[in-house]
Amino acid sequence: MNTQRFRRRTFLPLFFILGAILQVPATAGAATTEAPPAKSVKMNSTADHTKYEELQQPFASGPEVTKACLKCHTEAAGQIHRTKHWTWEFLNPENGQRLGKKNVLNNFCIAISQNYSFCTGCHIGYGWKDKDFDFTSEVNVDCLACHDTTGSYRKPAGNAGNPVVGEPMEMPPGSGKMVKPVDLTKVARKVGKTSRDNCGNCHFYGGGGDGVKHGDMDSSLAAPDRELDVHMDATGLDFTCGTCHKTSSHDVPGSRYMPTAKEKHGAYIRGKGEKVNPATCQACHGNTPHKSPILLKTARMNTHAEKMACQVCHIPAFARGGVATKMSWDWSTAGQKGADGKHMVKKDATGHVVYDTRKGDFVLGHDVVPEYRWFNGDIKYTLLGDKVEKSANPTPINRIDGSPDDGRSMIWPMKVMRGVQPFDPVNKTLVMPHVAGNDDLGYWKNLEWEKAIADGMQNVNAPFSGKVDFIKTEMYWPITHMVAPKEKVVACAECHAADSRLKGLPGIYMPGYSANGWLDILGWLAALTALLGVLIHGAVRITLSLRKAG
Amino acid sequence: MSDRIYIFNRFNRFWHWSQAALVIPLLITGFEIHGTYSLFGFETAVSYHTLLAWSLIGLWAFSIFWLFTTGEWRQYIPTLEKVDAMIKYYVTGIFTHAPHPFRLTRLQKHNPLQRIAYLTILSVVGPITWSTGLLYIFHDYWSEWGLRSFLALEWVAFFHTLAAFMMLVFVILHVYLITTGHTVFAHLKAMITGWEEVED
Repeated sequence: MNTQRFRRRTFLPLFFILGAILQVPATAGAATTEAPPAKSVKMNSTADHTKYEELQQPFASGPEVTKACLKCHTEAAGQIHRTKHWTWEFLNPENGQRLGKKNVLNNFCIAISQNYSFCTGCHIGYGWKDKDFDFTSEVNVDCLACHDTTGSYRKPAGNAGNPVVGEPMEMPPGSGKMVKPVDLTKVARKVGKTSRDNCGNCHFYGGGGDGVKHGDMDSSLAAPDRELDVHMDATGLDFTCGTCHKTSSHDVPGSRYMPTAKEKHGAYIRGKGEKVNPATCQACHGNTPHKSPILLKTARMNTHAEKMACQVCHIPAFARGGVATKMSWDWSTAGQKGADGKHMVKKDATGHVVYDTRKGDFVLGHDVVPEYRWFNGDIKYTLLGDKVEKSANPTPINRIDGSPDDGRSMIWPMKVMRGVQPFDPVNKTLVMPHVAGNDDLGYWKNLEWEKAIADGMQNVNAPFSGKVDFIKTEMYWPITHMVAPKEKVVACAECHAADSRLKGLPGIYMPGYSANGWLDILGWLAALTALLGVLIHGAVRITLSLRKAG
Repeated sequence: MSDRIYIFNRFNRFWHWSQAALVIPLLITGFEIHGTYSLFGFETAVSYHTLLAWSLIGLWAFSIFWLFTTGEWRQYIPTLEKVDAMIKYYVTGIFTHAPHPFRLTRLQKHNPLQRIAYLTILSVVGPITWSTGLLYIFHDYWSEWGLRSFLALEWVAFFHTLAAFMMLVFVILHVYLITTGHTVFAHLKAMITGWEEVED
């Protein structure tokens, strides 16, 4: 020990002197001799696609680009074919439900049946225009949707997942709105790693517009500041989606079809358990992430994390980035025309559309405080064909399961999307209407539910009685993005108060919120009696002594 | 004429006043944490309450030591003797300036009602408060210590609140009853100076 310290002390200055002597001739030499110019090198990839021979050609369509990609990336399309980004299908191994965008219903635009070319603007493929799309096609895999780095690659809704190439295209036809073509050659030579923008092009705009669907994902996350998302902070940690949704073989983990409600593993150590979901908070932070210099506070916060998902405290509100999200959608009021007999759109003071003839009434919200539920990760969807009953209680589009006692649940923040949507009152099922499209059957064009539903239902071979009624529905969206920095977390008093955020949740005792009503009544009664007793006793004493004195 | 007896020695007075200075803010912050009102804000109230609680536990440790080493604990041995006379005095005698049924001495500084009241505070209210309070503070270690299977926070909170109400009632009665001495401020003065004036 001693000798070591001695050595370090004596030799340290020597190193400095040596370094200084050696440095002088070195720099002097560099200045005089002609060094070869440093070759500029891409540091984020070993490949510069602008130099690839296969990409030195004009591309007239998406599939042509893919063909070129597959010459080198021979396995890419095959990998894509196995993912739900491609199949839009997910088989829940827990309950056997066949989910995925291809099968589920929601309470936004409801379902994709007969709306294909509109919805598949967000499919990572080309040409899905009807139910007969060829899912085995390799060239129809769209590499650019996820690997464009120019920001110029767009796939308009209504074009079956194809970009506009060559000439500008009027979208929708007859609207006079022209969509500019994409320069596929330029985009193909500038491919790179997937960024927030790539994912965001679809996931920020789910439900048909910016921020509409999720509430915790919208265009404000393209380049968020620290306050909006501490991890994706564009001038700070600058996480991409893939930093957490750590992808391998093109299969992106962390899906909401089978979420991890309670992560029992600690932080994700390399080589440990393939089945760990890398997208959870615990995957990096572990299960006891808090540290406080205040005695006992560390343990207190970690105990909170035993029952509550991190998101409960660390996401104080969703739709925090200035983009509003839809909180409810009432299809039953659709169809009302303006005084001029034409379709109309009503906006609120802030410019948000709150009524649209084609869609009905909307309620939007921003900086929304979530609702909280016990959640164990089990979700059961109400699928086409499942019986639904019209009642005062909304029909759950997805029924989330959880309780304080099952050992698998945590309290989770949720966006609860409330809706009123068409259903078949005779067959007692939800329905898939053909809404989008510029044809005589689509609801948005002709405003006739019977036709629109009949078309959507026949396409998936589902029975439809011809009768239409409307049913209240609700859909749960676990909130997990827009993580605030630690100084902006939900304060204790937001829950530990009479007006608690966790109001009504069973199985927890929260000082400040939960109190035994009887004990309080009896306690205050006792205190009041004591106070009145001594006041009266004192008053009598004072009166009597005054009288005596008088 | 009146006699003066040195009845509360220095530690006794220190104990009393520091206890008052801790218990009253504990009640104030405690009922805020309980959700009765909002004053400092929940988080701050919890910090104050915890700090005050540890101080009170420390003080209690000292006072128990003091009680047993000085033999002062004997002042708290309960007796039913003259209890009826005491009650009668507070109900009627006090209004007619009847003589106090209890004559306090250095060896018997508490009247029988005080003995019962203080003993209840020291042996019932106090222990309920600090035992449930400590369980509350160390709630985060229940699993580690094997307590979680048979303890529910709800019940710990129930008894802690119950004790708080008992303490509150005591404080109200106590503050009033100190005005019932030989003069209105006689008892208060005694607890400040140590000297109680007693009637001949």
